[in-house]
Amino acid sequence: MRIVFKTDYMQDIRPWKDGYQLSLYLLLLAVAIAAPWWLDDFYLGELTNVLIWAIAGLGLMVLTGHTGQASLGHAAFLAIGCYANIILVEAGVPFMIAFPVAGLITGIIGATVAVPALRLHGIYLAIFTLAMSILMDDIIVLAEPITGGVAGKYAPPVGVFGFMVDRWGTPNEFYWLTLGVVVLVTLGYINLLRAPLGRSFIAVRDSEVSAQAMGVDISRTKTISFGLSCMVTGWAGALMGLYAGAFNNETFSVVISIQLLMMIVIGGLGSIHGAFFGAIVIGFLPQFLSISKEYVGAVFGGSTVAIPGLEFGIFGMILIAFILFEPMGIYGRWLKIRTWFELFPFYRKDMFKRQKSYLKTERLR
Amino acid sequence: MSLLELENVTLKFGGLTAVDDLSFSVEEGEVFAIVGPNGAGKSTVFNLISRFYDPYAGKIRFNGHDLLQVKPSGVAAFGVARTFQNIELFEHATVLQNLLVGRHRHRTTNLLSEVFFSSSAKRQEMENREKVEEVIDFLDLQAYRDKMIAGLPYGVRKVVEVARALSTDPKLLLLDEPASGLSVEETADMRWWIDDIRRQMGITVLMVEHDMGLVSGVSDRVLAMADGAKLALGTPAEVQSHPAVIEAYLGKAS
Repeated sequence: MRIVFKTDYMQDIRPWKDGYQLSLYLLLLAVAIAAPWWLDDFYLGELTNVLIWAIAGLGLMVLTGHTGQASLGHAAFLAIGCYANIILVEAGVPFMIAFPVAGLITGIIGATVAVPALRLHGIYLAIFTLAMSILMDDIIVLAEPITGGVAGKYAPPVGVFGFMVDRWGTPNEFYWLTLGVVVLVTLGYINLLRAPLGRSFIAVRDSEVSAQAMGVDISRTKTISFGLSCMVTGWAGALMGLYAGAFNNETFSVVISIQLLMMIVIGGLGSIHGAFFGAIVIGFLPQFLSISKEYVGAVFGGSTVAIPGLEFGIFGMILIAFILFEPMGIYGRWLKIRTWFELFPFYRKDMFKRQKSYLKTERLR
Repeated sequence: MSLLELENVTLKFGGLTAVDDLSFSVEEGEVFAIVGPNGAGKSTVFNLISRFYDPYAGKIRFNGHDLLQVKPSGVAAFGVARTFQNIELFEHATVLQNLLVGRHRHRTTNLLSEVFFSSSAKRQEMENREKVEEVIDFLDLQAYRDKMIAGLPYGVRKVVEVARALSTDPKLLLLDEPASGLSVEETADMRWWIDDIRRQMGITVLMVEHDMGLVSGVSDRVLAMADGAKLALGTPAEVQSHPAVIEAYLGKAS
């Protein structure tokens, strides 16, 4: 076990524990930047997809993992971000301006929606946001002149610092663009968590009455959290639109909302790592399933006909297994494994005994 | 002028009068205790001062400001901090993070400077850490600094709650049953701390407590309540021997 001897407040304020940890993350970043040289185009595309999901997961994590407000409607904000970005690009706005603005628009819409929504707690908030997700489908169809309705829209190649970036034409550049957004969002998130606002999110999640007694304005904090969450989700949506190439009212369905929530629960609520772990599961599971299905078919001589609903069945089972056996998600399990190695042979089974799952916003009402 | 004044405060829940025309004032620098049987309305008085409830009638003034004009989250800004009877800590955060939330009322940075962690945000964090470390030293919490609340024993949580309230740099500290559920040793510690909070830090303390040993040991004045109304007000000895108080606790001699 590494023990860091602290002699300076900055050692706690800095996001990394010590030089060793920092170098590990820098190494990971270097490996990620070099991905186009060690991955073929297919897997690079999949990796891009995982990163986009991770951005969306980070967005939802702010709201659900750190502020304790469940949302089943984040696909609606993916849609808003996606359409806002493409509509701005089509109107001749350069992508480098359209992209941040698309996120801002989503954030402002999200914060506006939050004002009535956050009077609701727990399950009622989940129902409200679910309705929002269902409504968005119809709104896109009704607003046909702007959104293209059922026929949908196509994502044109976009210019980034003078390079033309396109999912299919230049997958490497598109991957780096996504990676850049991931790094920036993650850094902003880390900064927020070590500043008063991030701590007030956690305060609201864990005890609204005492947060209030400490001078935290509950509704204001929740609204800011909703706004930030939607802004990041909007950026993920914009990238998702570019990645898909074509999209219509059905692209961002309720299923995506549920998948998003599942993703952060599986990854581990209340941690930045959790968003990434969850994205890896959600992103690679369909591929893993189709590969293993072929394998099972080859070994046992069964047919390779697609089984309807197989993917969601397996997702559901994984989710139930996590809620039952590891409510802290993959990140929670990872912490336990790491502690086991660090303390070997002194790890005790009940060391993490007292943890409960989050999402208990109704507790005080 | 008194630090905290309650004037004819009445609170009704439906047909039940929880606080009945209550008036008292707390002077700067004193330790003021409220005692009374269960259901007397002691914690309700705290919740009225914290603005969780709106009084039916009456006035609450703190340091010359009308507290009834501010939101619940605005009370802390005047320098009123409190603890809760059933500990309300941020369970899934470390002790240090809990105490840092107590610094929230001194926040001067905005969203943008926090997202980019500008030099002003960094400076603010350093200042917050300095203040919080003073409190940690004062209450002997060094061993628990980076521990999660969820794994701490009850007695320590009680102290962490006092520490979080002290981190806000309050003028008035409301302690809701600081010694409930504590062992004899822990209660003795709490007694010295309350004494030091008043003497060293110059903070006025208003507390609700059942432990008469603690109450008579630290408080300058005691208010006895029953059924939401004032029974007696005076020094601990005066209140303990007051006939109405004895009657409320033990019943009438037949």
